[in-house]
Amino acid sequence: MSVVDFQARVGGGGAPAAGTHLLEVKDLAVSFRIGRRTIEAVRGVSFHIDKGETIAVVGESGSGKSVTALSILQLLPYPKAFHPAGSIKFNGQELLGAPDRELRKIRGDKISMIFQEPMTSLNPLHTIEKQISETLFLHRNVTKAQARARVLELLNLVGIKEPEKRLESFPHTLSGGQRQRVMIAMALANEPDLLIADEPTTAVDVTIQAQILKLLDEIQRRMGMAILFITHELGIVRKLANRTYVMHQGRFVEEGPTAALFKSPRHEYTRMLLASEPKPRRDKPPEGTPVILQTSALKVHFPRKGGLFGRTFDYVRAVDGVSMTVRAGHTLGVVGESGSGKTTLGLAVLRLLRSEGSIQFSGKELQGLGFNELRPMRREMQIVFQDPYGSLSPRLSVAQIIEEGLVVHNKDMTWDQRRAVVAEAMREVGLDPSAMDRYPHEFSGGQRQRISIARALVLKPRLIVLDEPTSALDRTVQVQILDLLRDLRERHGLTYLFISHDLKVVRSIADHVIVMRDGVIVEQGSVDEVLDRPRTAYAAALVKAAFELVADESGAVRA
Amino acid sequence: MSVAERAPDVMPATAVPPPDAHDTFLGFRVTPLTRRRLDLFRRNKLAVWSLWAFVAIFTLSLFAEFLCNDRPLLIRYDGQFYSPIFVAYPETKFGGFFEAEADYRDPFVKELIEEKGWILWPPIRFDYRTINYEMKVPAPSPPSRDNWLGTDDQARDVLARVVYGVRISILFGFSVVIFSSIIGIIAGATQGYWGGRWDLYFQRFMEIWGSVPTLYVIIIIASVFTPNFWILLGIFLLFSWMGLVGLVRTEFIRARNFDYVRAARALGASDWVVMFKHILPNAMVSTMTMMPFMLSGSVTLLSGLDFIGYGLPAGSPSLGELVLQARNNLHAPWLGFTAFFTLGTLLMLLVFIGEGVRDAFDPRKNVA
Repeated sequence: MSVVDFQARVGGGGAPAAGTHLLEVKDLAVSFRIGRRTIEAVRGVSFHIDKGETIAVVGESGSGKSVTALSILQLLPYPKAFHPAGSIKFNGQELLGAPDRELRKIRGDKISMIFQEPMTSLNPLHTIEKQISETLFLHRNVTKAQARARVLELLNLVGIKEPEKRLESFPHTLSGGQRQRVMIAMALANEPDLLIADEPTTAVDVTIQAQILKLLDEIQRRMGMAILFITHELGIVRKLANRTYVMHQGRFVEEGPTAALFKSPRHEYTRMLLASEPKPRRDKPPEGTPVILQTSALKVHFPRKGGLFGRTFDYVRAVDGVSMTVRAGHTLGVVGESGSGKTTLGLAVLRLLRSEGSIQFSGKELQGLGFNELRPMRREMQIVFQDPYGSLSPRLSVAQIIEEGLVVHNKDMTWDQRRAVVAEAMREVGLDPSAMDRYPHEFSGGQRQRISIARALVLKPRLIVLDEPTSALDRTVQVQILDLLRDLRERHGLTYLFISHDLKVVRSIADHVIVMRDGVIVEQGSVDEVLDRPRTAYAAALVKAAFELVADESGAVRA
Repeated sequence: MSVAERAPDVMPATAVPPPDAHDTFLGFRVTPLTRRRLDLFRRNKLAVWSLWAFVAIFTLSLFAEFLCNDRPLLIRYDGQFYSPIFVAYPETKFGGFFEAEADYRDPFVKELIEEKGWILWPPIRFDYRTINYEMKVPAPSPPSRDNWLGTDDQARDVLARVVYGVRISILFGFSVVIFSSIIGIIAGATQGYWGGRWDLYFQRFMEIWGSVPTLYVIIIIASVFTPNFWILLGIFLLFSWMGLVGLVRTEFIRARNFDYVRAARALGASDWVVMFKHILPNAMVSTMTMMPFMLSGSVTLLSGLDFIGYGLPAGSPSLGELVLQARNNLHAPWLGFTAFFTLGTLLMLLVFIGEGVRDAFDPRKNVA
């Protein structure tokens, strides 16, 4: 039983009216009422999609692209959100302000949607079979047996291995990539005419991203549906979309066939987006500097306990015997997929997690030092975290956040002296010191990350562990933060341990790289060696997925 | 717009316009989050009125001595001022016979003073323990011009006893809330933050301690010691601190792995600094929400104990004792009504305030 004759079997699905576009959006505007203020999220965008076409809407966070996508299915939080103007016609039928009954007929049947976050988009209490077949029961008059056959077919289609065994599984037993596949299966269940994909690969590893993109491409070719792709990742757009719309501050600033748009962008903003790719580093690291950080056979094991008396029966080996050496002034990149133990390694090096094995910081063994003995070492090594929202306490002003280290280490400093040092640190990271009495929520993501860096810098450390410092930021901001980090490294002779899953970013800042998988180093060497001529299949797959968005077929990475 | 205009992420002064950078409340600078909560609370008219009413009642009751007293506020006698409310004067000062303190309610003393001056009385000329000897009917007497809410079965003025009783109830409640919050927050914070054995054993201890029947312990202790305000407070605290531990502990377990906590640890901040500077301000929400309800709970419990006779020492002005009197004197309905309306109003106000606070801290509520 093939996918294509499913419609014939159970009915449904009408031919689109001839001569019109599949979806036609005209002058769409979306505003939000927040308190007494009104925020204009989308200010008049027009676009259309034809059958079987892939179009992409690109823009940075806050540009209004997701809101545009959600308004097609009228999924915004009405009446807080409202449309001052515009029309959305699907097959000639007006969706804007259509009654819920009509919309329900379209949602999940003619138009379906996949979301960014695979961890929260599936209901944790329902089995895979139940979640996928739910939309079948809603829109088609199918029997249980028919539905089950269809679910199996869909799971096969999205490349879930042994689908029979997965039918009764719950979402938590699936990996992120598998969940994303299940979500796609749900969206495809009724063979929609239009699939809206809202950043479907942002939350997954590059290797999975490549697989998902490949899957979407295959499915589109087989089923001939149209895809509206929402993303901030230009690489994806270039690979997938027929036409591209560039969105900025609620408006389309440029649109056109993808190839032409990438070749000769007309609008400044598009040019800037295209230009903001992290560039490979050119400067050479200083030579002959002393070793600043050395670990040997570093292990972090989390016990898994069970049974009546909570005996440890097994360990999760998050970091399993990592030996590495970092020289002063150098930057060591740590790459790997999520769950490979990168972050755990970073925390263990700073003794923020209990570990075994030796950690030597400029020749001094850190293991076994008590809190008070460790304290003077803390001023020498600092950390910057990934999430610019979670790493700053919302109740403290920026000055209070940055001066924390001074309060701990320079107890005799007066208030005025501390303010002066804080102001200096803020200038150093490119922030206006007059903003030091504001609270973190008044700053953008990039600015918050600068505050985090200032907090780490204020004690003038020698080593900074950077744990995915750019992952949560837009590309343009990412490039600026990378510039700042390079600049600071040069000015102060800093040493970085740079943890990232983004190989492009790592290439632009690191001198040496270690590739981690399941807590062990699978490959290490200089950046050029590892990224240009990877020796192991796993590193090769990572590089291919990251730079060419090509899925690995050799089985070196998991589905 | 050009690229040059937009590009740098460097903080321009107007990047995120602070809507009210110098927003203040009662002279304190408040963050917009606090402002939002204040606005939400203000929107709840019932809670705002309850708060004002409660503050008014509490403030008045704090000055109970100036409202209900059997000593005058001020006396002018023989060209001099006397303030019997603060100083005990012997009757001889006013030309009487006894060396003992003057009984200003005594018509004889009154006459003596008014011959050579005047007396300024508080609005209610009874203390909570003053016995009215001038009643025309046997106690308990119904409301009259002298005793606005009547007297109880020992001929004491009910209104005076209510005013003093409200004060002691609220003060007791506040003491319980403040002390048990301090203990509860420290216990919850350390358990949540350190975890491990400390948490494991402390939690087991709390499970056992929490299942001790509070009432019986109080009755046993009360039969050994004569309970007074402080002993009762101590016994209450033995058990009431556990109410907050669960909440605070959960918040700390959640927050201890936040990046800003890790960052503070990486800077070398000590555990106590991390707990009380970084985590606690973010965990205070749940505590603040609980407080009005804890207050009303302890007011109820104290009244209950007074009712069954294991509460404050005999003769203390207490709302629970008033309820007991009402039960013993069913033919004197003013006792029952007074007790009911006083306790009812007090608890209702606290619950309304509590609901307002709870809703104001609720992130799902919208200012819109």
